[in-house]
Amino acid sequence: MSTPSTNPLTAGTSRLIPLNHALPWIIAAVALVLLPVIFDSRSALTIMNQMAITIVFALAYNMLLGQGGMLSFGHAVYMGLGGFFSMHVMNWMSVDPWLPLPVLPIFGGLFGLLFAFLIGWFSTRRAGTTFAMISLGVGQLVASLSIIIVIFFGGEEGISGNRTEMLPFFGLDFGQQIEVYYLTAVWLLIAALGMFLYSRTPMGRLANAVRDNEERAEFLGYSQRNVRWISFCASGFFAGIAGALFAINFEILTEENLNLATSGTILLVTFLGGVGFFIGPIIGAIVFTLLQTVLSLHTDIWALYVGILFVATVMFFPFGLTGLLALHVLPWKLGKIGYLAKPYAKMIVPALALVLSAAAVLEILFHVRHAGRGENEMTIYWTTFDSHSPLPLILGIVVAVVSAYALAKLAPGLKAAWDEATTMREAGQ
Amino acid sequence: MSLFIVNILDGLVTGLLLFMLCSGLTLIFSMMGVLNFAHASFYMLGAYFAYQISLFAGFWVGLIVAPIIVGVMGALIERYGLRRVHQYGHVPELIFTFGLALLIEEFVQFFWGRQQVPYNPPAALDFTAFAIAGNTFPAYKVFMIFMAIGLFLVLLYILTRTRIGMTIQAALSYPETVQNLGHNVPMVFMGVFGVGTAMAGLAGVIAGPVMGTFPGMAFTLGAIVFVCIVVGGLGSLWGALVASLLIGWIQTFAASYNLRMEDLLVWLGFEKPMLMWESAWQDLWTLTLPQVGPILPYLLMVIVLVVRPQGLFGKRET
Amino acid sequence: MKSLKKFALGMAVAGLAATAASAETVKIAYIDPLSGPFAATGTNGLHQYEFAADKLVNEKGGVLDGQMFEIVPFDNKISPKESLIQLQVAIDQGIRYVVQGNSSGVANALTDAIAKHNNRNPDDRVLFLNYSAVDPALTNEKCNFWHFRFDAHADMKMDALTDVMAENEDLEKVYVIGQDYSFGKAVASAAVRMLAAKRPDVEIVGNELHPIGKVQDFTPYARKIVSSGADAMITGNWGSDMLGLGKAVIENGFSGPIYTYYGAADGITAAFGETGVGSLKLVAEGGNNPPSKEAAQDYIRAFKEKYPDGNISQARITNVIEMLAMAVNEAGTATDVVAVANALEGMEFTDSLWSDNPMVMRADDHQLIQEVHIYGHVPVEAPFDFDNSGYGLKYENSIVNAGADLPTTCEMERP
Repeated sequence: MSTPSTNPLTAGTSRLIPLNHALPWIIAAVALVLLPVIFDSRSALTIMNQMAITIVFALAYNMLLGQGGMLSFGHAVYMGLGGFFSMHVMNWMSVDPWLPLPVLPIFGGLFGLLFAFLIGWFSTRRAGTTFAMISLGVGQLVASLSIIIVIFFGGEEGISGNRTEMLPFFGLDFGQQIEVYYLTAVWLLIAALGMFLYSRTPMGRLANAVRDNEERAEFLGYSQRNVRWISFCASGFFAGIAGALFAINFEILTEENLNLATSGTILLVTFLGGVGFFIGPIIGAIVFTLLQTVLSLHTDIWALYVGILFVATVMFFPFGLTGLLALHVLPWKLGKIGYLAKPYAKMIVPALALVLSAAAVLEILFHVRHAGRGENEMTIYWTTFDSHSPLPLILGIVVAVVSAYALAKLAPGLKAAWDEATTMREAGQ
Repeated sequence: MSLFIVNILDGLVTGLLLFMLCSGLTLIFSMMGVLNFAHASFYMLGAYFAYQISLFAGFWVGLIVAPIIVGVMGALIERYGLRRVHQYGHVPELIFTFGLALLIEEFVQFFWGRQQVPYNPPAALDFTAFAIAGNTFPAYKVFMIFMAIGLFLVLLYILTRTRIGMTIQAALSYPETVQNLGHNVPMVFMGVFGVGTAMAGLAGVIAGPVMGTFPGMAFTLGAIVFVCIVVGGLGSLWGALVASLLIGWIQTFAASYNLRMEDLLVWLGFEKPMLMWESAWQDLWTLTLPQVGPILPYLLMVIVLVVRPQGLFGKRET
Repeated sequence: MKSLKKFALGMAVAGLAATAASAETVKIAYIDPLSGPFAATGTNGLHQYEFAADKLVNEKGGVLDGQMFEIVPFDNKISPKESLIQLQVAIDQGIRYVVQGNSSGVANALTDAIAKHNNRNPDDRVLFLNYSAVDPALTNEKCNFWHFRFDAHADMKMDALTDVMAENEDLEKVYVIGQDYSFGKAVASAAVRMLAAKRPDVEIVGNELHPIGKVQDFTPYARKIVSSGADAMITGNWGSDMLGLGKAVIENGFSGPIYTYYGAADGITAAFGETGVGSLKLVAEGGNNPPSKEAAQDYIRAFKEKYPDGNISQARITNVIEMLAMAVNEAGTATDVVAVANALEGMEFTDSLWSDNPMVMRADDHQLIQEVHIYGHVPVEAPFDFDNSGYGLKYENSIVNAGADLPTTCEMERP
């Protein structure tokens, strides 16, 4: 029999946060403080808030997908319900203010937890496809009911509130975006740290065990169902916090916060970032929010690009953007990262040329098909030309083909360098 | 009573249409273990291709050619996309098809725009087949019913009576053994995926003129198709048929009969609030069956999954 | 593609460049769906705005001392959340005027957010010019000083519609059906209330709501409507719900009038084609087809020349542009939105294109009182048809100052 100290499931708990693990958190905190100094416009703050909310939600989602191996198509429900409840609390507080705004996310979290507890009771009995399909069904049910139950959800218009009417918090009424930013940033740190620590607890490790082999975990005496249920509740709690932060930032909640599209988006975000890493959803949320808000200002077909990026990620980097970065850890540790510099430098020009020219071809085709008659002139990459003349299109295709060919030619070189950089052998052997 | 018969027929049309999608999806699932989220997108592609072809060559050419194009596309996507992702496991596979669904919708908008395209039934079928108590039944819907039944019979015949069907059934249960016997299982997979998507394409070709051909047509149907195969039991052709018809009828009857929660509550002995707009239960009191009709399939799915996770006709759990 | 400009916008988003309000142009943010399922309507609206700004303001020398109107598009993906983000981006670019119309849910989110923003940031206030969201609440209990509505709201249109219906002696049974959300409910309750007042003998044989955007096949609804023996039906449906319902009902042999709010343009007119003639009706503001004024005919011809696939489907868009230009000139400033709002408030206006009857922006609730027409779906010669289908809308009845006598519950707080 193993004593607690040698039990592999609890061995990690003696040192919850080693010093070298604290460093990223300190850097993150400093970055969060400094970001608004650089990006001080209201819209930048709004986008950063949106990013922070997506990060919390994506991290909560990854507690299921990455750590627990549970694929959910309806996780927006817990964020949304947490948000709706927080909004009601906010409205009650405007009538009789006795709580300040910064505690609101706790209420959102508790409500998310409550619903995760109730729904998890039957949905976590099985894993795999059954769980996924129940989550889809519940997601659709709650989203549709939100239109029907007007008294709680406000119907299609949703419910709104005013965050400045709660009890002032040390003289702050959170009317300005910058105040909301710091409130969100603090909660982002709290929630992210909470989820990180949770993944280090025996419970978090058990979720991994059940994900990898539910039968073996069951034989060890742990009910796989209870492990899933508890993970589900924890995930619902943090999703609820994200919902409350949404309520604070946007002061409105609608059916959109509950529906299938939102649930699908968070799956996309998490996967894009990489499900196998704690930091994955964070990177995914940052990249996706930027794509969604900034790219859509530049082009009407932004969703097409996001779709292509997503499919390409699944096909070529199934461990997400973080997985791509993580591949470089081994060469780095071996001190051979320099081996990759040369092939990368060679490839960067054709790679960029391929992406830009392919995008140009799509933009030209789209312009030809959808612009008004007589509006033949279009501008991309600071160049204005006639989109209906074949020359730019041919040029774009030629550049794309040539750079793709160059990439294909350079690929063996990269592979060789990669093999070299990831093996223990000394150079030249 | 006549309205009841009309509703039975309408539900049959909806259900059989669902079945044309479900049959392909459930074959793909039971063979490859992948829930193809993009299945309804192939249905949409079928409708759009058929529309494009019908502009030049008429409806009937589109009926034949469009499903073939969709099937070839499906096979290519299996060969060069799905097979690659397959090695990473089922979740990335599912996510791949999910991304594919988004991408197909974007591509459709890219080429055909965002509006509904005027894709209409052929003139030869544009007449009233019969009428029951003033309710007309278009010939095109009769055609839909026969197409779907024909497809089902062909599928059943191929799966149970032909050598290829035997191989498919065997590959379903014991892929490795079948491979060792010298069959090219990856080829079978590609074929099944191609045929499954072609059937979805065919469903799109014949449903497009009735249900409307627009970029959102896949999204509205996609989730319902999942409900059908999950309720029927993943991998069961009969289950898919029964569940499709069941859901077709549920939706039709729920939309037709204006049952009110108010009547039920009064019958149960509750007292109707005098000032409805002040009651906390106003939404419950004013609820009607058509309001909740479209969500009934999801409710059914959740209940079935909780009570019987393998579905009504499924033999194994997933 | 105005990519350079958009790039500059992107820089502003990233906070790298703080764009101040330009003295040369009056920027108007167009926050509506430009991608996703409702993008067709949104894109067509954008074209109408850009065209109206060019033809009606810029080509006539602009406003004040030659400032030009510039429409800056923002894609809100018809999501309230995205709309609020885009609103912040717009405000950061120094934009003072926001136009939006698709979805009352979005309008509701925007009017609420703009009122809060203006209270919290008195230095850069914005005006919300709502050109199409017709939930009556927006100029009633949810009204505020910063919101102006240029379309007749659902109750006003229903008032006009029921005036016309009341004159139909043969009318006995009416079926009301709509989407299950605030606007659909507003239409239904107004129809029941007003028909009861104007024609107590008319029986409402059906009054129901169906889920919005989720019904794939409207045949069962059509069966029910035909079986009810209704002579006429009223629906506030739009988009694919309008098309699906209308087609199913006509296909099933319903021959009475179908009174709609949004049963035209954006592919709907083309899809109905010949089958809609005689039954499809629409209540809206705007001009006849072809318009009576030569200027309006030229305007439409020029628009169709530029956007062959587009429609001039919203006369109110030109009203927004013309009235805003008038208000800016009257206020003598484009940057002080309180002055502009005061100029708009109570403004009397006769548009240069569609109507001969003057309209007034009612001061009590910032609701434009205007003439409303009941149109019929009939063959119309190009280019005055919709969707290049050979079919379009013609006047059947006109109600001057529609709904002007409807009371408003608005309690406006002025700055």
